[in-house]
Amino acid sequence: MPAFILRRLLQSVLVMLTVALVAFGLFRYIGDPVNNMVGQEATMAEREALRESLGLNDAVPLQFLRFVANAAQGEFGVSYRMARPVADVIAERLPATLELALISGFGALALGIALGVYTALRRDGWLSHAIMGLSLVGVSLPTFLIGILLIYVFAVELKVLPAFGRGEVVDLGWWTTGLLTPSGLKSLVMPAITLGLYQLTLIMRLVRAEMLEVLRTDYIKFARARGLSDRAVHFGHALRNTLLPVITITGLQIGSIIAFAIITETVFQWPGVGLLFITAVQFVDIPVMAAYLVLIALIFVVINLIVDLLYFVVDPRLRVQRSGRGQ
Amino acid sequence: MRTEPPTSAPAAAPPVPRGALARLLDGDLFHSFIRSPITVLSALVVLAILVAALLAPVIAPQNPFDPATLNLMDGFTRPMQANEFTGNVYWLGTDAQGRDLFSAILYGSRVSILVGFAAVAFAAVLGITLGLVAGYRGGWVDSLIMRVADVQLSFPAILVALLIFGVFKGVVPPALHDKAAIYVLILAIGLSDWVQYARTVRSSTLAERNKEYVQAARVIGVPAPTILLRHILPNVMGPVLVIATIGLALAIILESTLSFLGVGVPPTQPSLGTLIRVGQDYLFSGEWWIVLFPGLTLLLLALSVNLLGDWLRDALNPRLRR
Amino acid sequence: MNVPHIDQMNAGGGLPLLSVRRLRVEFPSRRGTLLALDDVSFDIARGEVLGVVGESGAGKSLTGAAIIGLLEPPGRIAGGEILLDGEAIHELSGEAMRRLRGRRIAMIFQDPLTSLNPLYTVGEQLVETMLTHLELTPAAARERALALLDEVGIPAPAQRIDHYPHQFSGGMRQRVVIALALCAEPELIIADEPTTALDVSVQAQIIALLRRLCRQHHTAVMLVTHDMGVIAETADRVAVMYAGRVVEIGPVDEVVRAPAHPYTRGLMGAIPVLGDEVERLVQIDGAMPRLDAIPPGCAFHPRCAAAFARCRIECPELQPAGATRAACWLYAPAEMAEGGGR
Repeated sequence: MPAFILRRLLQSVLVMLTVALVAFGLFRYIGDPVNNMVGQEATMAEREALRESLGLNDAVPLQFLRFVANAAQGEFGVSYRMARPVADVIAERLPATLELALISGFGALALGIALGVYTALRRDGWLSHAIMGLSLVGVSLPTFLIGILLIYVFAVELKVLPAFGRGEVVDLGWWTTGLLTPSGLKSLVMPAITLGLYQLTLIMRLVRAEMLEVLRTDYIKFARARGLSDRAVHFGHALRNTLLPVITITGLQIGSIIAFAIITETVFQWPGVGLLFITAVQFVDIPVMAAYLVLIALIFVVINLIVDLLYFVVDPRLRVQRSGRGQ
Repeated sequence: MRTEPPTSAPAAAPPVPRGALARLLDGDLFHSFIRSPITVLSALVVLAILVAALLAPVIAPQNPFDPATLNLMDGFTRPMQANEFTGNVYWLGTDAQGRDLFSAILYGSRVSILVGFAAVAFAAVLGITLGLVAGYRGGWVDSLIMRVADVQLSFPAILVALLIFGVFKGVVPPALHDKAAIYVLILAIGLSDWVQYARTVRSSTLAERNKEYVQAARVIGVPAPTILLRHILPNVMGPVLVIATIGLALAIILESTLSFLGVGVPPTQPSLGTLIRVGQDYLFSGEWWIVLFPGLTLLLLALSVNLLGDWLRDALNPRLRR
Repeated sequence: MNVPHIDQMNAGGGLPLLSVRRLRVEFPSRRGTLLALDDVSFDIARGEVLGVVGESGAGKSLTGAAIIGLLEPPGRIAGGEILLDGEAIHELSGEAMRRLRGRRIAMIFQDPLTSLNPLYTVGEQLVETMLTHLELTPAAARERALALLDEVGIPAPAQRIDHYPHQFSGGMRQRVVIALALCAEPELIIADEPTTALDVSVQAQIIALLRRLCRQHHTAVMLVTHDMGVIAETADRVAVMYAGRVVEIGPVDEVVRAPAHPYTRGLMGAIPVLGDEVERLVQIDGAMPRLDAIPPGCAFHPRCAAAFARCRIECPELQPAGATRAACWLYAPAEMAEGGGR
């Protein structure tokens, strides 16, 4: 086990370094950092002083090392557009995105597994066909269209849910939450559905496909031949084996939710990091882009590690060494 | 006393490498196509949108990009109703500038489809090439390509595309932005979607590489590119076609998403996504049609292409055939 | 001909444990309905081992699946009956059939590597099966599981019971599978190619084990295989299947010594019995027909060197042929063979 985890950790570090390299490349070579910071009026001397103080005259590998060291401490410099430390801006915006992503992610997971199992077990029922048909619509429906549709129905026509924003939030000092106020909860409904729907359809289709695959295996046939009840066969045996591959892909999906939040946040003007990033892309605010990239990579890597650990817990083939072979 | 084959008949015909593409033209696939009404319907929808988009300049009642043809008085005309000032009737209504939405959708689909096809072609060529090379060469080339693929795969396509776009904006002088945007879009979408092709092609290449007919070709000195293109490529065309079809739907959706986010094609040359972005602002004042019809077109297009891809995947995968 | 009395070989003379009568299994498909089993009849007595041989696709495994009620849809029983101890089990409800599976009829599959759920220990799988069928406390079930593992020859069962399937070798896993089949003391075990996937060296051990256990527990076995060697040393009687039909059935010694049906003779690599022209039969030309292309008359006639006019028109029933029974016109009573008949 330790070797396995160690290898994964090493891989994670490599991925983070690669991403850091890309982020550093962005920062160092896209446009001139000095120009972006001081504007056109600064004198040559001022520029040179800033250049020196930023360390831009040092050797590039050294600059990269410094970039990594700073990034590790959450230091990404100052936003060109807002003239504030990037770390502060992101820390301010992160709770909104995380709350949205986690709620829609786990909602999609729970509902996706339930629907996937149902459609696999009743594969020829009319309801299964209906759900599968709808899921294809769900895959084909761009996220932003879902959001617009929801806004039109529930905000413009029915006027029951707010069309944008996060509602009232409670400041806990290091975290702001919309989960504790009625308006915050109401504001969360539509963005969470918008963000989760696509993941829901993906997870559902994946669970269904895996489940059908598992139901065809010999050990399921043998379980039936042993006279186990349908419930034991379906949920005790088939579902548990189905969830193994589902864990992996779902892990990746939950990671991608954070990125997909960019679209949802734009539609609903949700004050999270996604909206921050899209503005940064439009205004070429490189430090924010670089920081966002590293942040997303970090979240991905952490989720992947959790997934690996989960896998380890669930699958005895990884956990228990082979023994007693022979005969 | 083994009894399995009590037969002296020659075994089945010698295994001729037969690509999935050859199967495609077989009766079986055609039959399964004809027998699935929903597939036929989606094919017709895709075809209709394609033709309409290609012939947009001929079909469209007006050129929505030519300000001279627009009449501001016609603005916000409801669908199928006469404008209260001019009395003009537009099937799908008009937007704020009096632009005929039907024409705008035709021209918009044109941009969406163009970008979609170009991006898929780019991604496929890149992915297939890298996959063939990785699978055939093996060694460090293989490891490098596949590691890059792994890292990229852990990032969603939209993020990759956005980053490429951000870089483009930082590198290209602002004056050229609008002109270059569409090419950057194709590049960004294509670069974000090559991994699937590369992985599939690589694994097929690995499987084919050690088969006897490839070994034989190698022994008689057939150059590597010929082996790859003549012998290995045809064998992987089936899965590639499935990926490309589903990839087309993804590319069209990604394009519209980027345009919706305001980092895609410029408003002077709107795609479906741009139309929706513009139309969203009017939703609150009740002009629902400006966003609805481009949205429906987009959904119909993506859904039909997805349905085609789904059918193709099932039809080419005998294991799933019932 | 009335419902033929298939078997006079029932040792006890009483009711056979399993009696399959004129079983027909169909697969409706888009290209029309395929008849996968046609008129299959045989008996198995208590404690008896019936070997079922034939090429792949002859319908051996399908017969087993039909008996235990696990035909893959869209396959379905279209006619005939399956009697267990005189009770018609082919028309039982799904739930009643489920309770019978594992309890009275158990099944062993071909590949022990894939027959066990990789996520549960062998003990968990044994206990689960016992608790499904028997009135036992979990602790008692575990005791029994230990005893069973010991009985099937797993060394150090007290440790091995908590191991996962991947920690066992192929042969050991098949022993576990046998233990699982024996969990609830079934009256009949259907063993579908139980040794095919194993190393040759392990095959003999597993077959010997299966035979010994069934003797001790007085369990009947339907042993499906394409290996005549296994049948010859294990079975009491043997049924030979070809293209969805039983073409010959009889005591194993007789079938091996003097096979009656030309196909069986081919299977045995037979020495000619009936005359010079049959010498070519050492190898049978051609292959078994596909289900959608079964020729009229006797399904074997295109490959049969002894075929004559009647074989191309009429499908033969099983009839006495020496010490066995064969579905072949060569053994038709004289007046029928002359073409008078019915």
